[in-house]
Amino acid sequence: MSEVKFSKEHEWITLEEDVATIGITKHATEMLGDIVFAELPDKGSNVEKDGTAGVVESTKAASDVYTPISGEVVDTNQSIVDDPAKINEDPEGAAWFFKLKIKDISELDTLMNREEYDKFAKETSS
Amino acid sequence: MTIKKTSLNKLHQNYKAKFVEFAGYEMPIQYTKGIIEEHKFTRTNAGIFDVSHMGQLFIYGENELTIELEKIFPLDLKNLKINRSKYSFLMNDDAGIFDDLIITKIEGGYLIILNAACKDKDFEILSKILNNKFKIKLDNERSLIAIQGPRSVEILNSITPEVNKLKFMTGGWFDYQNRKLFVTRSGYTGEDGFEISVLNDLVENFTRNLIDSGAELIGLGARDTLRLEAGLCLYGHELDLNKTPIEANLKWAISKERLSNGGFLGSDKIIKQIQVAPKKIRVGIKPEGRLIAREKSKLFNESNLPIGEITSGTFGPSVNGPIAMGYIDKDFSKANTKILVEVRGKKYPANICGLPFYKKSYVKGATYE
Repeated sequence: MSEVKFSKEHEWITLEEDVATIGITKHATEMLGDIVFAELPDKGSNVEKDGTAGVVESTKAASDVYTPISGEVVDTNQSIVDDPAKINEDPEGAAWFFKLKIKDISELDTLMNREEYDKFAKETSS
Repeated sequence: MTIKKTSLNKLHQNYKAKFVEFAGYEMPIQYTKGIIEEHKFTRTNAGIFDVSHMGQLFIYGENELTIELEKIFPLDLKNLKINRSKYSFLMNDDAGIFDDLIITKIEGGYLIILNAACKDKDFEILSKILNNKFKIKLDNERSLIAIQGPRSVEILNSITPEVNKLKFMTGGWFDYQNRKLFVTRSGYTGEDGFEISVLNDLVENFTRNLIDSGAELIGLGARDTLRLEAGLCLYGHELDLNKTPIEANLKWAISKERLSNGGFLGSDKIIKQIQVAPKKIRVGIKPEGRLIAREKSKLFNESNLPIGEITSGTFGPSVNGPIAMGYIDKDFSKANTKILVEVRGKKYPANICGLPFYKKSYVKGATYE
């Protein structure tokens, strides 16, 4: 599996051959608070880089989930829809959101690595 | 404009509060445990809420003041005993609501607890109507602390003996470290509990004492989920100048004795709406599944015609599901009526449901005089 990359919208992405797994970062869940609702894209639909591809809601507010890369949705994680609290428990592991069959790997070039993201997250939240 | 802080601001910081601006004050929205845990702690134990941003209005006077206040509020104040509290409203002539409030008859006058965002305007309105005939003071030297939940009586009584004798919606002066607290058995969570008016220089000591006795600080986030589960209105959401107490389904708060003769602000409209039901009314709404329908979500009947709007909506931690309140065409206001709610451009099924969502556990039966 490839190195994990991060977007400015606080999504993480890993790549295995041409299938990307996408979720939201631990930092994002800490900002959101207790997550109580998740909505995922339909399997078989196509999503565009930086477009909305889902929703998460905390007790306080709703936030869009964006996709950091374009592709066709090949799988979604129904367990986080059934039990959204899982997103707070393991956001960068078991609580992934959706998997995409990607078209253009170069779209990953603009994303951040872990160190860059941690710095970005720290700067933008203070 | 500078953001105001309550006397407990440092304590909130010590307990790692996340702050938000609310009604011009920097207030804790949550602490480290988060809204859901704080909510559940209040329902099972005892939560402490800093509500010092709310207004504490003292008006001093005798029978003449009672007569004047009856021209304002829809209450039978002449027959209200000392240390008894009533929920009421400050209305305009058309029964639109300026604020909802708790008024308590005290020795030598009245104490009125007002919403933070409304208190300055309320003070202005009341001062003008009372026309300098009575001493009136929006007291900034006092803080207001609520302790709510099943263990609050035991915890508060351990540091302020005798408060366990109070019943719901009664109050009195109590001693704490040789100073005076005004305590009422009331609150806004649906739980048994108390609100305590305490001088600013004593409030941190008092609050730390509650914490040391087992209560925990709870933020405004959980206060909102708690009050919504209890079916209680929040000013600026369920209540405002475009809504009347009858439309808000709060007729119970209007004294029957006052309805025959009227003579309070908005009485003509209120009496008219009791005779002919208004077109819209406040109801409870439960979206199906886990979907959260928030404020301003539009409501439709099964033929897709617009019939209302949500005024508050969230996830209810004790209900373990989404809950909302809103205003709906009275023809669709019966419990179990199936409706549709629009969220992010799509319509989803929801049901009208009786209030509260979570059963209240007040300690009733006013015996303490």
